Amino acid sequence: MALTEQQQRAYVASQAADARLNVELQTEDMVLNIGPQHPATHGTLRVVARLDGEQVVWADVVCGYMHRGYEKLTEVRTYPQITTLVNRIDWLSSFANEVPFILAAEKLMEIEAPPRAQYIRTILFELARIANITLFIGTMGADLGAITPVFYAFRDRERILNQIEAVTGGRFHPNFDRIGGLKDDLPRGWIDETKNAMVRVREFCDELEELLMGNEIFQARTRGIGVIPSDIGLSYGLSGANIRASGIDWDLRRDQDLPLAWKDLDWKVWTHPDGDSFARFWVRLQETREASKMVDQMLDGLPAGSIQAKVPRIIKVPAGEAWVHTENPLGEMGYYVVSQGGLGPFRCKIRSASFNNVSVLPWLLRGAYVPDIITILASLYFILGDIDR
Amino acid sequence: MSSADTEEQQQDQTSPADEARRRLLDELKGALGDAVIGEHVQGGDLWIRVPAGEWRRTAETCKSLGFTYFDFLSGIDWMPSAPNPEDAETLSVEPEADAEEAPDAEEAAEAEAEHEAEPQPSEAGTVAAFETAQPEPESGWTTGVAGGETRFQVFARFHSPTRKMGVTVKADLDDESPSVASIHEIYFGAEWHERETWEMYGFAFPGHPDLRHIYLPGEFEGYPLRKDFPLLAREVKPWPGLVDVEDLPPAEEARQDAVINAAQEDNAGEQSEGGS
Repeated sequence: MALTEQQQRAYVASQAADARLNVELQTEDMVLNIGPQHPATHGTLRVVARLDGEQVVWADVVCGYMHRGYEKLTEVRTYPQITTLVNRIDWLSSFANEVPFILAAEKLMEIEAPPRAQYIRTILFELARIANITLFIGTMGADLGAITPVFYAFRDRERILNQIEAVTGGRFHPNFDRIGGLKDDLPRGWIDETKNAMVRVREFCDELEELLMGNEIFQARTRGIGVIPSDIGLSYGLSGANIRASGIDWDLRRDQDLPLAWKDLDWKVWTHPDGDSFARFWVRLQETREASKMVDQMLDGLPAGSIQAKVPRIIKVPAGEAWVHTENPLGEMGYYVVSQGGLGPFRCKIRSASFNNVSVLPWLLRGAYVPDIITILASLYFILGDIDR
Repeated sequence: MSSADTEEQQQDQTSPADEARRRLLDELKGALGDAVIGEHVQGGDLWIRVPAGEWRRTAETCKSLGFTYFDFLSGIDWMPSAPNPEDAETLSVEPEADAEEAPDAEEAAEAEAEHEAEPQPSEAGTVAAFETAQPEPESGWTTGVAGGETRFQVFARFHSPTRKMGVTVKADLDDESPSVASIHEIYFGAEWHERETWEMYGFAFPGHPDLRHIYLPGEFEGYPLRKDFPLLAREVKPWPGLVDVEDLPPAEEARQDAVINAAQEDNAGEQSEGGS
């Protein structure tokens, strides 16, 4: 693989340091195999690292243990059936996966969901984000040896899942988004319950900020570990909090015009200049808090009216090509839909965030120490279904 | 943006987003010259098509124009697999009125119609028969926006976080031995995407350092996302969902309908009481 000058310098320096250490300790290279079944990989990802002493000199990522061939399957499904598939890509924020696909189909059909449906979509999108990132905040602590946060995270995530379940009937796979609108309206009493849950989310964020971020050990384990410069990150296609933690002020919720409610809200895109594991954790925590505020605003400004635009009973999407991407909890998720006027897409390229986010690992792990592998894996935050599709 | 906005307002025919893409297209054409052989601007998005030989230079140009973010790289196989829209119309046997009563049956029937247009293993026999059933390349396949002349196309998307727009770049590849230069040195993320595209479509990427399987086992043969690669699930079971539904005995069906109707009436009553 070709290296940038910066990479080469870092590599040569690490090699020189290793050589000195080798002479001192007379160590030999050893291959450390992490996974496919390993708690730090949160699923079935395998990392093969060649170690020199405690330091990684070369690393490779082996994925595909969960490849389900969704791109092939979409070619033999109808548009309404595909939401069931895409639910299972990033299973921690399933509703967020449905939205860009439905938007791509709507873009080709040149229809738009009514304002109320747009708001409810965005609310559920942000709830999915909170549920997803809450788990990250917990497991990041657990991966670094702090066992308490993960219990707090599961406790508070349950409230969000309850709210999602109350609307959609599913905790994990809502399958709720429809072309032109939504399956159903919000149930009675849901708005107040959700507002209470949002208060709890903010309390959870405050709690975890004190519990983890102020912790000396946590800081020592994360600060300066796994630094991704912004140009490298962009070139690898890192997105979401991973790239915002490298100082790139880019959020697809703000930076594009989609028929969703984000454009009406008052909110802030959080960035951090450091680019290390701590920055990624910090950005995600701020985003969770910001998302809870966004949900509050949307619940206050929820428009009345229909939740379904008029669509034909049998959905045929006119011929054309559309690319729609959104800012999902893990980063940029997009669908490139090629339609030839049939019941299902001719080709659907699924661009998932984790695939690109993880592709930086061989570069990033080089020169890291063994315990830092865990920190880096945890801080990049990937979902296996999102890598393998 | 303020100066750009005033310019855009003068253009009444197209949206400001499209207008920004047109300016970007001019910029790309200025940098690439004659290499832009196809273009398309629609719905606030931009497509260009370049010859396969210019693929690498196009990527370099895009990066130098500020498109530093790598979205994805993949392929398209334009060989038709599903029936074209006209066939679907003629094969649709259910009249529209029936759809009111049984939407699922209608959908399934149409879906079945779509499938039946493909040769089934029992009818067509083998994969070879399936392949020969495909029209010849010269018969003019439908290709997507920005045009295309060959069966295979490689396409990639680059985005600019600062300019807040992206561009889809396509290139036609040779039918027999599809091959295009690797761009992993320009966009590091392309390394994995090229591995995936090589695995799924069989495109060669000269210059790629490590072209090996990424998802599938190393001994896997064939290129799964090519249209002539049969989907085994479909060979075994024509349409998942349709064959699972067996007709209920009439008495049981009537009983279930009654239960569903009663539940719906209950719901309707509750809704009107709730008043929202």
